[in-house]
Amino acid sequence: MALSLRPLWLGVAGLVGFGALLELVPRLGVVDDRFLPPTSRILSVLAEQAGAGPLWSAVGNTVLTWAIGLALAVAAAVVLGVVIGSVRFLRAATASTIEFLRPIPSVAWIPAALVLYGPVRAGTLLIVVYAAFWQMLVQVLHGVADVDPVARDTAYSYRLGRWARVRWLTWPTALPYAVTGLRLAATVALILTVTGELFIGGPGLGAEILRASAGGAVPLTYALVLVTGLLGVAANLLFRLVERRALAWHPAVRGEVPA
Amino acid sequence: MTKLPGWQGLQRVALVLGLPAVLVVVWWFASADSDHLVFRPLSEILVAFRETWLGPRLVEDVLPSLSRLARGYAASVVLGVGLGVLVGWSRTLRALLEPVLELLRAIPPPALIPLIGLFAGLGDSRRIVIIIAGCVWPILLNTVEGVRAVDEVLADTCRSYRVRGLTRLRQLVLRSASPQIMTGARQALAIGIILMVISELRGTVHGIGFSVEQFQTSFRYPEMWSGVLLLGLLGVALALLFRLADSWILGWYHGLRASNRER
Repeated sequence: MALSLRPLWLGVAGLVGFGALLELVPRLGVVDDRFLPPTSRILSVLAEQAGAGPLWSAVGNTVLTWAIGLALAVAAAVVLGVVIGSVRFLRAATASTIEFLRPIPSVAWIPAALVLYGPVRAGTLLIVVYAAFWQMLVQVLHGVADVDPVARDTAYSYRLGRWARVRWLTWPTALPYAVTGLRLAATVALILTVTGELFIGGPGLGAEILRASAGGAVPLTYALVLVTGLLGVAANLLFRLVERRALAWHPAVRGEVPA
Repeated sequence: MTKLPGWQGLQRVALVLGLPAVLVVVWWFASADSDHLVFRPLSEILVAFRETWLGPRLVEDVLPSLSRLARGYAASVVLGVGLGVLVGWSRTLRALLEPVLELLRAIPPPALIPLIGLFAGLGDSRRIVIIIAGCVWPILLNTVEGVRAVDEVLADTCRSYRVRGLTRLRQLVLRSASPQIMTGARQALAIGIILMVISELRGTVHGIGFSVEQFQTSFRYPEMWSGVLLLGLLGVALALLFRLADSWILGWYHGLRASNRER
């Protein structure tokens, strides 16, 4: 028991040490504290903000944009992925197009988003959906293509209908891939949400960071950046949990739990 | 049915080129008579592409952007792999630093731009630092994972044969971790292109991102779309380049996997 707790304590010590280092560097004058305020000042600004409304409404707005974008991207990718993935001809015919469209950097659409929607949430959603869609689509395609040939032949022998095949054959095969895709897409979508709020528009943490830094409120800028990081960590933990829940039956997950 | 020789090859070419060709043709004809202010005809965009990017801008905007990307990316690889080997090799150091690294990685890199601006002024170095701040994390964390997963038997064998120092680092640690490192490097490349563009959006006077933003704010839409097209082509070209590098560096690994699958 003591052994398994050790990494946890070390991790906490690491975080505290990192905070202490960032406290000392400006205090000792290594770096100008106008550029890097001590940790205590950043945390006190954060605590002050946590008691007020605007921070939470910014967090809420970012989470909302992120969730809408992720939901749109995932829904589109799952439908298209299952259709394309289960028809051999479609898979072969679309492969080159997908390989071409996927590496187009999502930020290439920033000017287009500004022209088409203006500095509002919809513009940010455009780049969020674009970036998250490909992460998910590629995973779903891999998953659908991975159906075990014996299982597929068995399903045909038992004359499972189209719907039953999707439910009992494609779904469980593709699920692990899809869940991984979901986690990757969620991470990318969060990055692009904040990016969009910074460079396109719409309410949220990105907009607040821009306002704080333009107003010269350096400790507040740091505090807000810290909040985006915490949001990212929370999202990552959440989707790891989803992964474990959704795949509790899967040998890779079951094997992690000692019987 | 008798098949002509090359029939299958022809079929494959048709499958690869078919849909893209159809899409381009549809785009060409659907946009041909467009008098919409924003959605310009493809022919106009292509002319704008040639006039904009194959002229002096190639040297003034495209190459400086790519050079910053290359320098930032190279620094990220060196930093990420170097630190990753150190952190991955020591269990204590790993436990100590993992939460800090997870937190730093979770910060969306563009959010750091206002902060980096405080330190690094407005020059080239600022934009390179922005690229590094985003690219280094996937390489670092994947290297840590790769180094951690070094095969125990191989490690013991190296110990028995007293393989130490640089030989051990090169032949055991880096080699076992290389597939994982390449995964990190691939993710970092995609992030790097994004940050190359974003780092040029505010407060610069040249670069691809700057040019595209300038076209957008001055309503020169054919030029703007040609910039979007250029970024797309660059993304695809760099992805292809990476795939070549991957098959060269990890050729042994892919071969090993393929032969393991056949057995």
